[in-house]
Amino acid sequence: MNTIYMDNNATTQVDQAVFDEMKPFFTEMYGNPSSMHRFGGQVGVHLKKARQRVATLLNCEPDEIIFTSCGSESDNTAIRSALNAQPNKRHIITTRVEHPAILSLCKFLKKKEGYDVTYLGTDAHGRIDLDDLKNSIRKETAIISIMWANNETGNIYPIEEIAKIATDNGVIFHTDAVQAVGKIPIDLKKTPIDMLSLSGHKLHAPKGVGALFVRKKLPFRPFLIGGHQERSRRAGTENTTGIIALGKACELAQDHMTAENIQVKDLRDKLETELLNSIPDSILNGDKENRLPNTSNISFGYVEGEAILLMMDQFDICASSGSACTSGSLEPSHVLRAMGIPFTFAHGSIRFSLSRFNTEQEVDFVIKTMPDIIKNLRKLSPFSAEKAAPACTKSYSE
Amino acid sequence: MWEYSDIVKDHFLNPRNAGKIENANGVGEVGSLACGDALTLYIQVNDDNVITDSKFQTFGCASAIASSSALTEMLIGKTVEEAQKITNKDIAKYLGGLPREKMHCSVMGQEALEQAIKNMRGEAPPKAEHSHEGELICECFGIFDEEILHAIKENNLKSVEDITNFTKAGGGCGKCIDDLERLLAEAQGEGVCPTPSDQPSFPAQGMTNIQRMHLIESVIDDEIRPMLQADGGDIRLMDIDRSTVLVKFMGMCSNCPSSQLTLHNVVEAKLQEKVDPDLTVKEG
Ligand SMILES: Cc1ncc(COP(=O)(O)O)c(C=O)c1O
Repeated sequence: MNTIYMDNNATTQVDQAVFDEMKPFFTEMYGNPSSMHRFGGQVGVHLKKARQRVATLLNCEPDEIIFTSCGSESDNTAIRSALNAQPNKRHIITTRVEHPAILSLCKFLKKKEGYDVTYLGTDAHGRIDLDDLKNSIRKETAIISIMWANNETGNIYPIEEIAKIATDNGVIFHTDAVQAVGKIPIDLKKTPIDMLSLSGHKLHAPKGVGALFVRKKLPFRPFLIGGHQERSRRAGTENTTGIIALGKACELAQDHMTAENIQVKDLRDKLETELLNSIPDSILNGDKENRLPNTSNISFGYVEGEAILLMMDQFDICASSGSACTSGSLEPSHVLRAMGIPFTFAHGSIRFSLSRFNTEQEVDFVIKTMPDIIKNLRKLSPFSAEKAAPACTKSYSE
Repeated sequence: MWEYSDIVKDHFLNPRNAGKIENANGVGEVGSLACGDALTLYIQVNDDNVITDSKFQTFGCASAIASSSALTEMLIGKTVEEAQKITNKDIAKYLGGLPREKMHCSVMGQEALEQAIKNMRGEAPPKAEHSHEGELICECFGIFDEEILHAIKENNLKSVEDITNFTKAGGGCGKCIDDLERLLAEAQGEGVCPTPSDQPSFPAQGMTNIQRMHLIESVIDDEIRPMLQADGGDIRLMDIDRSTVLVKFMGMCSNCPSSQLTLHNVVEAKLQEKVDPDLTVKEG
């Protein structure tokens, strides 16, 4: 049986067309675009094309794109740049549901470098309150960083409104759009975002390439210092194959987004509706209305996520979980905790994230397989709706 | 992804003795849903004090389920006295080992067993209740000092990270890390650390000359050279004369003004630590 891959928020399959596009740059056109000879120089033309393709997808200028090594580097660069460019401003606003690329950095900045950080909380569906945001802004706020779409729940945040609030208050605004780019339309001409991060491997390009959009005229401080690549904004010989692949992936996303979203969303909705219907004590996590079309995060009560995933693995179904045991940490996902999902459900959360490569047959197979997996694990469990969680001294704190 | 042994996988996919024993002689309930894993263990004991049946109900990850399943298999047929001797290490061993981060699953098994035996003897209710004399250390997971001290001694734990792997304490908000360090120091003060009598005080103690030379060679090759090479340097072992080791620096190190510092702070320090504290190193 073939692998059923429903873990596309973790990483995606490189599209064959993307792979074909990048291949010649490994063994044939392997030159360095900075070289003085035509052999190297010719690669520069392809980088330019790639930059244009990324810019087209985001509707920005090619000059505003800096290629990086991954989403995490883009995030780190953006935050550090805003702080270094405004040394007198020592306050950061972000949310409790960001990816660790932002959260761990902010924790580090607070602990080791004395910055002040405000973490906006969420409601039970993971939504943030824009009044909260407005009230947190201070004179010394250097940057607001809020993700466009959440990797665990798929929640889409009202970035247009948030960007406007930031601009009205003269605060630099960065968004981690790693999960949004390629999945939902983004228009940087219309939305006053200052910086935006994206990562290739989430949209069918390979791992190890990302980009940071930096709006023209925004004061910028490089993260990696060295050669003059990326107009001295990011040193290091260009990852030519990766960049060219990312360009192609953006072009494909641009071409297919509308049709794909309908197809992927239909499959996701079918999967979600059927699972929620056929499995008792299952709940949907997140904001049902404002969500990425590919993501569904479902909690199955009274069973544990890692056990569910390993059972699914027996059927070659790939997904992920917000349970404590899968992360190597001992607490369930910070996103579910921020939302206040009860323990009875937080440990049993499974995230299905689809892509254009999933088929209806695959969805049907998962729909058919999941109920027995959950039923069998519940047979082992000492808990049930009748015998719910005994009290624990536990109190989560951030 | 965790690397589970085939035995763990087998017990997870085909759990033995899952379920409940109605009117069991002894029941032990540990953990809670909030904490991410929980186990209810049932034992049935005959007039000869032999465990004739055991079943479990577990909420938790694969290794929690496998540990519970293995425990029931280990229990059936043993006398209560024999069963009492089962430690978390025995459970892990039965399973062909557990990832270190998952050792707390085996600890949970042992705790449930202890509780079930107490319950069978009429000394305790099924659900473990902590005596109020103990000190609550980890508020996130509700772990008391006695459990932590027990795990430190039983498994010869050496770091706070280990304590978290075995008991979960410290794996939540992290507020109790200082307390864990204190308990660790306390336990080590009580001689948990290997005592001088059963452990050589330095690695090369009691070695023959040849063994000692090989050890020096391998410390230079495996530990010192990679450090120097990272900075573009290199080192060669020239000779060993009793407790004097003669070496030659090469590459960047040979004309590096700080090579004398490197000699003492890196080469000599490492050899003293890994071989013999009496060694001196000279450039030859
Ligand atoms: C929202 C979000 N931000 C950042 C990242 C990090 O991206 P990368 O793996 O390219 O560093 C991820 C990927 O897991 C993500 O989902």
